[in-house]
Formats: sequence, structure tokens, C-alpha cells
Amino acid sequence: MERQLLPIIKQSQIAYETFEIVFRTSLAQQLKPGQFVHIALPNHILRRPISVANVNPIENTFTIIFKIFGDGTKMLSTYQVGNTLDVILPCGSHYPIEDLHVRKALIVGGGVGVPPLYYLAKTLKEKGVDVTSILGFQGKEHVFYEEKFQQLGDTHIATNDGSYGVKGFVTDVIKQIEPEFDYYFSCGPTPMLQAVTNVMGDKQGFISLEERMGCGVGTCYACIVPLKSNPEKSLKICKDGPVFAANEVVLG
Amino acid sequence: MTLRISMPGLNLKNPVMPASGCFGFGKEYSQFYDLNELGAIIIKAATKEPRYGNPTPRVAETASGMLNAIGLQNPGVQGIIEEELPFLQQFSTPVIANVAGSTIEEYVYVAKSFNETNGVQALELNISCPNVKEGGVQFGTDLQLAKEVTYKVKEVSRHPVYVKLSPNVTNIVEMARGVVDAGADGLSMINTLTGMQINLKMKRPIIANKTGGLSGPAIKPIAIRMIYEVKQAVDVPIIGMGGIETAEDVLEFLLVGANAVAVGTANFRNPLVCSEIIKELPHVLEMYGFSSVEEAIGKGHTHG
Ligand SMILES: Cc1cc2nc3c(=O)[nH]c(=O)nc-3n(C[C@H](O)[C@H](O)[C@H](O)COP(=O)(O)OP(=O)(O)OC[C@H]3O[C@@H](n4cnc5c(N)ncnc54)[C@H](O)[C@@H]3O)c2cc1C
Ligand SMILES: Cc1cc2nc3c(=O)[nH]c(=O)nc-3n(C[C@H](O)[C@H](O)[C@H](O)COP(=O)(O)O)c2cc1C
Ligand code: FES
Repeated sequence: MERQLLPIIKQSQIAYETFEIVFRTSLAQQLKPGQFVHIALPNHILRRPISVANVNPIENTFTIIFKIFGDGTKMLSTYQVGNTLDVILPCGSHYPIEDLHVRKALIVGGGVGVPPLYYLAKTLKEKGVDVTSILGFQGKEHVFYEEKFQQLGDTHIATNDGSYGVKGFVTDVIKQIEPEFDYYFSCGPTPMLQAVTNVMGDKQGFISLEERMGCGVGTCYACIVPLKSNPEKSLKICKDGPVFAANEVVLG
Repeated sequence: MTLRISMPGLNLKNPVMPASGCFGFGKEYSQFYDLNELGAIIIKAATKEPRYGNPTPRVAETASGMLNAIGLQNPGVQGIIEEELPFLQQFSTPVIANVAGSTIEEYVYVAKSFNETNGVQALELNISCPNVKEGGVQFGTDLQLAKEVTYKVKEVSRHPVYVKLSPNVTNIVEMARGVVDAGADGLSMINTLTGMQINLKMKRPIIANKTGGLSGPAIKPIAIRMIYEVKQAVDVPIIGMGGIETAEDVLEFLLVGANAVAVGTANFRNPLVCSEIIKELPHVLEMYGFSSVEEAIGKGHTHG
């Protein structure tokens, strides 16, 4: 983990209130799928955690994708090429794909949970894994990266309002297409993760969680999640997570 | 220029230390710089049994500060002694243990447990955590209880005891006098101020515990005022804290009478903040005409 001042080398809006920023860093090659970076913004006491959405190991760059949620992400959306940002990286755990024997992977993402899954899906594909992606968005103008996912495998979109793809939730698509897979990987809002892990039952999978953070490095106990095996004990989302085995932690 | 400072039980190479709860047990921040640079390290609160703490969300950002209601989550005093202190012993930096509890017996138990390790050089008695309702007792806002817990811990501990005062009182001087009369070797001030923030979308408090402790630059003027008042009333060393982010802030605390300082919330934004302040402090002292830390202490009181 290091704190670096990173130059922005690309910035663009890719969907409704959704932005993509590409940074250059000497640490790009260390960033693994599922990890996040912790970004400082002027006049804000706390950093903002944002997932790594892609890495280009040759150019030494990585991408983040974020949606305007409040003050901080709004400010972040005004940053342009040539500006620099103070970033702590790499943060947290990653999807443990080196240790898994995966042939067919199911990717299930919702909203701002989709970005880390792109880097994951790309990495899986490079390892020869068959990837099916199911991505949920609020509506048509919120959808991003559809073609990029399609290049990696079968991709299904669901929107809450039905303005694009299947009307409904990602779980509706799962029930509808009954995909074949040996591991699933999911990231999104907690209610979605609850629904997904319920539908998946005993299937093996990994999920990535969000929580409000203080330090983002594991010192302050702000971001804990209780263990399923013993709810009196907990893990830290910023350090032990954000990626956990689907049956490891209690959701919500 | 010397930054050295001596206080009961503590020979510090400089007056800067991370504050309790904002540095864990040191491991994470040791990835960013050499912990030997620090004057001391105040570790996360220790209770008799491991504590889970409050539900999440536990933190919220405010204008120039943050609220937290961690609820004293920690692995328990035995866990800390066995699992956490060995790591810190590789450094030459003194360790101050933060002692908490819901009853006087628990405080005494924790203080006694630290007698059996040489991994700790002093105790910070946390009578002021605003986020723990268990037992219904607020030691930090009740003069008699504050005196009693100080006295009982002093009775059993072989370490010097710095009592950490709560700012959530109307008369800070009375509390300071009380715990010093009860035997406190020093004071540590201030802890967080109780606050609340509402999530407009959800129409309810952001923090699950509803209230949380306010820290960061927002509370610095309160800390400065309280140390100024207390310094005039008691004659024990003070570890000052509340919103420190720069070496200039440190000098401000020294001038009102702090002998050393702790940096809390600022670590979250800048993990290197303590190291940077320590490097900057000699220049700032010099700029304002001081040749040592010692010389600056209390100089904010000597005007007309
Ligand atoms: C591990 C992790 C990865 C994330 N990855 C992405 C991503 O790739 N793209 C993206 O758009 N968003 C992501 N988020 C959510 C993102 O951190 C929040 O949207 C952002 O912090 C909101 O900040 P704000 O100032 O705009 O909102 P405000 O509501 O003004 O923020 C106030 C405070 O609450 C915190 N906060 C608010 N919502 C969240 C949240 N959902 N999670 C954590 N902290 C929150 C903020 O960090 C800040 O400290 C991620 C969160 C986590 C924990
Ligand atoms: C997340 C967090 C956790 C804290 N935990 C403790 C604790 O366990 N014991 C304690 O005495 N003080 C605790 N504090 C209070 C700090 O040690 C310090 O007194 C206070 O935050 C003021 O300093 P600051 O403004 O530099 O943060 C905590 C503060 C924060 C922000
Ligand atoms: S945010 Fe501090 S421990 Fe996770």
C-alpha cells in the first residue's frame, strides 16, 4: 500500500452521471480484480473508496468508473486530464481466481458494482474461462460497458424500469436463463447481494461489499461485517474484504 | 533544536503520537513509514472481554470533521497483549495503552493486566468514550465516578496514568482537578464531542448508533480553549489532541500548555501525517522563535 499523487491521463462521461477516469501509476501491475483505491478530495476529511475497473499493465494505467452520489463524487467528476489526485493503493482483498479451478464463471453486477467485475471478467477470459455476465442498471441511460462485456462472453442487461434489456432485477435474469457455471462473482448494493446469494443457495461464489469507511486501511473498525459462522466476530471490509466468499459474512 | 520531552513514564524523542482508535495497533501504518519516528503510540482501547462494538454505519463525514460510533471494538486486553503488542516491541517507540470499561471492576482488571507486560509504558484512562451506553454509566461526565475510577486504577497499576477527559461537560476544570486529586499522573484531552448527522434521503441519522463522537479540525478551538483553562488550574503534564493536522497546530497546543500531542482523524486522510508533522516541527518552532519543544510549552499564557 502506498500513497501516490497520480496524474489523470483520460477522463470521460460514459453514462448518466457516470464517469471514467484513467490514472497512470507505477503500481498498476499490482492492482488485482476486486481491489479498490482510496481517493482524497480537497475539503473532505475522509477519502472515497472506488474500485479498480480495469488495468493496462503495458501502459501502467488503471481505470475507475464512478457515479455521482454525493458531494465527493460530484467533485471527482470535475477532474480533468492533467489534474492529479492523491490516492492510496492498492487497497483490500481481491477475487481469489489464482486459487480457483474455474471453467465457467457467472458475473452478476448492479450499478456501481459493475466496474470491478469488468476487470475480473477480463482477467478470467484471459485465463481461458467461459464468462457469462448479468448486469443490472436503473434505466437505459445508466447502462455502461455493455459492448465491452459482450466481447468477453454472453451478456444480459436488466433495468429496473424496463427501458432497456429485461425489465426487473438481475435475479429475474438468473432464473430466466438458468446459466451454467461453477463459480459466481457478484458486486452491487447490499439488497441485490442478498437476493443473489439467496437465489444461488449452496453454489460457490464470491461477493464484494460496500461500507462507509474511516481509514480504509484497517485501523479504525468503521467498516466491519459480522461472520456467518460466529456473528460475535467480524471482518474489516477495507482490509479483509471488500471481496468475501459468499457464505462467509452476514449481509445487511 | 531539540524535540525531546519527558513526562511520567515517558521519555519521548518528540511530542507527536497517533491518538487512540485512529492508528489501530500500528501494523497498517507501518507500511507507510518507520514507526520509530513517532514520539509514542497510543493504541486502540482495551476492554476486559473482546468487544464487537456498534452496528454499521459507524462513521459519517461532517464539515471539517467526522462522527464515529465504533463502540470500542477491540480484541480484549488478553488478545491485545498476546496478538498485538509483540509487533510494536520491535520499535523503540513507547506504547500507551488506552483502558476502557463499563464498570470500575473492568477498568481495574484491564489496568492490572497491563502490569504483566513490558510492552506498555503508560496508561491512558478512557473515561470519556461517548459511544458506549452499556451499564448506563458515563464516567467522564460524573465527577465522583471519574475520581473513583482514577483512584482505583492508580491503586493497582504500576504504570503512570493519564486520564483522558471528555469535553462533553460544562466545567472541564472541575473534572481535571478532580482526577488529579484522585492521583492522575497526567491528563489527555480532548476526546470527541457528541454529535449527530441526518441522512436526508433516508430521513434518519446516518450513524446506526444515532449519535457519534465529533473529531477533526472542527473541534480544535474547543480543545485549545479547554487545555488553556485546565493548564491554569492543575500542575500535571497534558497530552493535547483535537483536530491536529499540521506542525503549526502542534505549536498552538504547546502554547496553551500541552506537553505532548496526539493526532487522530488526520491519519485517515493522510497516513503519513505524523511523520510529516515531526519533520516539519523544528522549522515551525524556529520560525516562531523557539529552540526546543520544552521552551514553547505554556508560552501562550504569559501575555499581559
Ligand atoms: C470497496 C468499495 C468500492 C467502491 N467502488 C465504487 C465504484 O467503483 N464506483 C462507484 O461509483 N462507487 C463505488 N463505491 C461507492 C463510493 O465509495 C461512494 O459512492 C462514495 O464514497 C460516495 O461519496 P460522496 O461524497 O459522493 O457521497 P456522500 O454521501 O456525500 O459521502 C459522505 C460519506 O459517506 C461515504 N459513503 C457514502 N456512500 C458510500 C458507499 N456506498 N460506500 C462507501 N462509502 C460511502 C463517503 O465515502 C463519505 O465518507 C465503492 C465503495 C466501496 C466501499
Ligand atoms: C474512529 C475513531 C476511533 C476512536 N477510538 C478511540 C478509542 O478507542 N479510545 C479513545 O480514548 N479515543 C478514541 N478516539 C478519540 C481520539 O483518540 C481523539 O481523542 C479524538 O478523535 C480527537 O482527536 P482528532 O480530532 O485528532 O481525531 C477515536 C476517534 C476516532 C475518530
Ligand atoms: S475503514 Fe478503518 S478499518 Fe476499515
